[in-house]
Amino acid sequence: MSQEHNMRRVTAIRNGTVIDHIPSGHAMRVLEMLGINRSSSVPVSMVMNVPSKKMGTKDIIKVEDRELTQDELNRLALVAPDAHVAIIRAYSVAEKLTIELGEEVQNVVRCTFSNCITTNLREPLPHRLKVLSREPLELRCHYCGRPQDLEELVHNVL
Amino acid sequence: MPGLITMDDLTNDEILSILDDAERLLPVAQGHVYLPLLQGKILGNLFFEPSTRTRMSFETAMKRLGGEVVNLGDVKTSSVVKGETLFDTIQMVDGYTDIIAMRHPRQGAAQYAQDSARVPILNGGDGAGHHPTQTMLDLFTIRQAHGRLDGLKVVLAGDLRYGRTVHSLSHALTRFGCELVLASPTLLKMPAEIVSDLKAHGANVVETEDLLSSLGDADVVYMTRIQKERFADEDEYAKVAGAYKLHASNLDGAKESMIIMHPLPRVDEIHPSVDGTRHARYFEQAFNGVVARMALLCRLLNVPVPATVGGEA
Repeated sequence: MSQEHNMRRVTAIRNGTVIDHIPSGHAMRVLEMLGINRSSSVPVSMVMNVPSKKMGTKDIIKVEDRELTQDELNRLALVAPDAHVAIIRAYSVAEKLTIELGEEVQNVVRCTFSNCITTNLREPLPHRLKVLSREPLELRCHYCGRPQDLEELVHNVL
Repeated sequence: MPGLITMDDLTNDEILSILDDAERLLPVAQGHVYLPLLQGKILGNLFFEPSTRTRMSFETAMKRLGGEVVNLGDVKTSSVVKGETLFDTIQMVDGYTDIIAMRHPRQGAAQYAQDSARVPILNGGDGAGHHPTQTMLDLFTIRQAHGRLDGLKVVLAGDLRYGRTVHSLSHALTRFGCELVLASPTLLKMPAEIVSDLKAHGANVVETEDLLSSLGDADVVYMTRIQKERFADEDEYAKVAGAYKLHASNLDGAKESMIIMHPLPRVDEIHPSVDGTRHARYFEQAFNGVVARMALLCRLLNVPVPATVGGEA
């Protein structure tokens, strides 16, 4: 099945952001990481488990009338580091953005360990997770040193 | 070196050099020589949870070197109960003191404090995390007994899951090429990420539930307390704790030079019959807390320890 067919499973958007090549089944996590939920007012379309030459199957998200910023997109590095992101203006790709996972993830999520000092949300220093390995993704809290449970981490989005 | 949060903050050479300083400071710690190297310096003792040995030995170390100590005192009567953040507490004490020794129930608190402070932080225990100043006195005690740190066989026994002393010590011993036997009940095994870190550093690590059969060729047996509150029911605790008790009669096949250590307080895990044997080192170990912390205070305050410390008081 062609890539074009996949993209047409949902209507082309006039303006907004398309996030393609999300690992199959991770689209919901991507939305959680971006803080896009029921209370968001913009239209969001999502397709899951569609065929992909590169990945076998993949998920795609289209967010209308909202251009995600580089900072917002870098949050995706935790759940979909190889996703392709395009900013759409007047039905055309105006910009392609790359997701970057640096050596540390700051103020995106908080540590999953229940006895970490950062569980007191009144503490003002940034939440910091060190990237130990990218493939597979391994993160440890800068403060308590505990390895992070990636399944749980998406629920700790700041 | 800003402070001492985990043993990763010290290289092996720095560890050995601090232990050498500690060795020379022994007559000062014993009160035979007065050496006011830290006169005019103030230590802030911030103990957010109970401590006897660590807090008192920091205080003694500072005073033996002519320095002063200010204490947070009882947490219940401090601003912490009013909801003050650790960040704010540190900002205040940072202004009052030259160095801070801290214990906190939350893991990561020491690193957090170091990131908030300008003065060095000495981690005196953060939750089930690290306890590097205890490790320094443990290493001092081991070197005192065996004359070296490298290539020893060390059994760490008891609560390896929550015991922060064994977390820090295992990292340090691995770096000196020691062989580690981790003897604990399944429920209290060393955290997987620590075992994986130790192995990644090339450690020879064996995990077992059988303490007694590990004693034969050990150079050091490091006991820790198994806490009743870790178990769902008392019968299970009694069954497990019983297997991690040492009695003098268990030591018949041990090497003559083998030493038994314990960070204290002990409950039942070392029977008093062991106290009189040549193997018992836990009380010397507790005393060594003073001398090791003296050396650490000097190092972190950039005050060199003289090559010779002489002259009876």
